[in-house]
Amino acid sequence: MIVRIMGEGQFDVPDEHLDELNRLDDALAEAVESGDTASFRTALESLLTSVRTQGSELPDDYLGPSDLVLPGPDATIAEVRAVLGEEGLIPG
Amino acid sequence: MGLMKRFSYIFKSKASKALDKYEDPRETLDYSYEKQLELLQKMKRGVADVATSRKRIELQAQQLQSAATKLEGQAKQAIAQNREDLAREALARRAGIASQLQDLQAQHDQLKAEEAKLVDASRRLQTKVEAFRTRKETIKATYTAAEAQTKVGEAISGISEEMGDVGMAMSRAEDKVAQMQARSGALDELMASGGLDDLSAGGDRLQAELNRTDDDSQVELELARLKGELGGTETKQLGAPTPTPTEEQR
Repeated sequence: MIVRIMGEGQFDVPDEHLDELNRLDDALAEAVESGDTASFRTALESLLTSVRTQGSELPDDYLGPSDLVLPGPDATIAEVRAVLGEEGLIPG
Repeated sequence: MGLMKRFSYIFKSKASKALDKYEDPRETLDYSYEKQLELLQKMKRGVADVATSRKRIELQAQQLQSAATKLEGQAKQAIAQNREDLAREALARRAGIASQLQDLQAQHDQLKAEEAKLVDASRRLQTKVEAFRTRKETIKATYTAAEAQTKVGEAISGISEEMGDVGMAMSRAEDKVAQMQARSGALDELMASGGLDDLSAGGDRLQAELNRTDDDSQVELELARLKGELGGTETKQLGAPTPTPTEEQR
């Protein structure tokens, strides 16, 4: 399973970790809903750390789409909402 | 739905829009490649913009630093002249400048981080674009319609995801630069109008007053000397007349 962390690159994460990622992802989605910055930061950090430690980084010349895409470590709630809200934000 | 899936979905729908544009997948490859090169160019300009903005902040910081040093010197001069009021004023201004400097430092760090991210992103994109070009040629050379569809789809999705990622990093950096430029502009104006500190020697009220105090004591000494010359024996009582003024003159 290939996961992109925006601004960092793509990681190959073994499928058996999907459950854990989903759990962390739910917490993140909840934090975005509630708008609580502190819990958003914690949730995002744990999710990204989990991807980085369990996955292996793919080389830069790897040319394939990701199964999952995650915002980068310095993303804010507002930015995440903006991306989810209007697809127009992503060029190309 | 979780956040990851929604994010991924947005990227995927972008890629499939790119794919639907042309009947012949080979055209899609060429079109996409052109877009990639455009984006790479844009990235290079973006990196340059951030660097320019960062250098401007560095320049402003230097100016503020020398203003702070000058004010420190003025404060010392004021104390030497027993003008605590002026010393206080100089130190108060210096404190204002110090907080401006701190602000600038924070902005500078932010820009540096943005710059590093953009440099990283453009390196990754560059590598991917090269990989894409090779893949594109291979696909075209061995072209059979059915096979090409999948291969093209994969390559395009991969690169368009990267482009989306890079594109967002770019627009973030652009926003930051625009913010910084507005603030830098405001700071320039503040410095130019003397609102922050009278930096130019002519318009510096603090310095003028210090000079005046200096002049005043000079005048007193001159006065004493002249009185001494005219008063004859009385001068001896006034103390050593001539050498002191020259010492003060600098």
